[in-house]
Amino acid sequence: MNLALAQINTTLGNLPANLEKHLSLAKEAAQAGADLLLFPELSLTGYVLQDLAAEVALRPSAQDPNFRALLEASHKLDMVVGFVEQDSRFRFYISAAYLSAGEIRHIHRKVHLPTYGIFDEHRYFAAGDTFRSFETRFGRAGILICEDFWHISSPYLLWMDGADLFYLTSASPGRGVTDKILGSAQWVQDVNRAYAGLFTSFFAHANRVGFEDGLNFFGGSTLFDPDGRRVAQAPFNEESLTLTEVDLAQLRRTRTRLPLLRDENPAMVARELERILHK
Amino acid sequence: MNIDLSINPKLVRKLLVRFLQTEIRRTGFQRAVLGLSGGIDSALVAFLAAEALGAENLLCVRMPYETSSQDSLDHAMLVIQKLGTPHLDLPITGMANALFAQQPQLTNLRKGNIMARCRMVTLYDQSEAFGGLVIGTGNKTEILLGYSTLYGDGAYALNPIGDLYKAQVRQLSQEMGVPAEILNKPPSADLWQGQTDEQELGFTYEEADKLLYLLVDQRYSPQECIAAGFRPDFVQNVTRRIQRNHFKRVMPPIAKITTRTVGYDFLYLRDWGT
Repeated sequence: MNLALAQINTTLGNLPANLEKHLSLAKEAAQAGADLLLFPELSLTGYVLQDLAAEVALRPSAQDPNFRALLEASHKLDMVVGFVEQDSRFRFYISAAYLSAGEIRHIHRKVHLPTYGIFDEHRYFAAGDTFRSFETRFGRAGILICEDFWHISSPYLLWMDGADLFYLTSASPGRGVTDKILGSAQWVQDVNRAYAGLFTSFFAHANRVGFEDGLNFFGGSTLFDPDGRRVAQAPFNEESLTLTEVDLAQLRRTRTRLPLLRDENPAMVARELERILHK
Repeated sequence: MNIDLSINPKLVRKLLVRFLQTEIRRTGFQRAVLGLSGGIDSALVAFLAAEALGAENLLCVRMPYETSSQDSLDHAMLVIQKLGTPHLDLPITGMANALFAQQPQLTNLRKGNIMARCRMVTLYDQSEAFGGLVIGTGNKTEILLGYSTLYGDGAYALNPIGDLYKAQVRQLSQEMGVPAEILNKPPSADLWQGQTDEQELGFTYEEADKLLYLLVDQRYSPQECIAAGFRPDFVQNVTRRIQRNHFKRVMPPIAKITTRTVGYDFLYLRDWGT
């Protein structure tokens, strides 16, 4: 399987401009032989939307012209795209959709909405309340959106639900300039590596670049394999399309050597959580 | 207590150059305008902006008052020559003296504010003439202490160095090649002869940077700073300054009387749509 990480900048609140970029990258990635193209969080809209959130919200279906165009492109390669989702009762979510062969295969609504420091997501968005893995033509997958990743239960639940392929999308602003790379970038890489190793799974991360007012999104998208090896690394702060091969057979090799999944005991976890919650 | 004001200057250089490029060009501009005082802050911003936009797209303006020191002018010229930017000399003496003459008993503070605002008027006029955005040169130490004039040096379209403490400005200036004469002289607003910032503030930037780093970046309480060894009167002075000058850091409040009001529930980034 060939994975392409679409590390893009976006135009804030301009759906047509961002859609255009998605379609042209989808074409480029497909021509280069990619099977799956991973876009960052809110890739169709930009991140600090504030009052723009409702204005750029979409109902994901083939009836929506934006999704129709993306679904058409998904005949050539699978795609994960980020957008604002509006539900039938006018709640707005930060969502990511997995598109394949003209169909929406899965939608993940961001569960953990950071509302502290530079973040203000819960002011504008409703929170999702599920982590579900889903079948793809490359194996069972799970999607995490940015802050979801900082709660260890998120990938754990996806793992227990069968995910071997983890797709992390983010719009992560850079902070901390003491060391060689941004402090926040180092953290994200360290945790991606740790998760890949702990869950003996593939962890792909597509992060945004560009500025929104003074915030800079640092890019540095990566792929880590089940051994915790960094297989691909996109540049920092620059738009890029990074192609990398995902050697799915590595799952078998790693898990034969290191049977963490076999030895995991979710029934015990559930039992203990029940006890903790009701004591 | 761990006070680490060191930065990776190469990383910061890249980020700030990119910030200037992106945030100026996305508004449709290619150029910028900058007031060069001869001090380290504006010199650093000139180096960053010249790298971001190309020297030919940065207009450096020297705006001396009649009491401004010759050193200030010479140091500003060093920057202009080293970078090869276009420049203008637009003294504010006539403007400022016309205002001073209307009221003979002006304090140094009032005169200083008038001078800073004369420079703002001059720069914003050049912004239109040159077709460039005005870049701010206030550093984090100054901004937190409120050591600036509202609508004077505090007026600008964007600021690349406002999240760098004075000590970090020095580190980045060294990396960028700001001339040693500018790096090594005592900071001065040069609003009157012999003025230095540290004399006027009553403490050194080195002390202020460390205390601000604990109070602001590390969220220490004033009591914890005192326990960490800072003088109580100094801690009190600085915390009072931070609070008292907060008005310089925010948009003026608008009285809310309708269902949707700019600043409260009409919220968009400046980069809206770009």
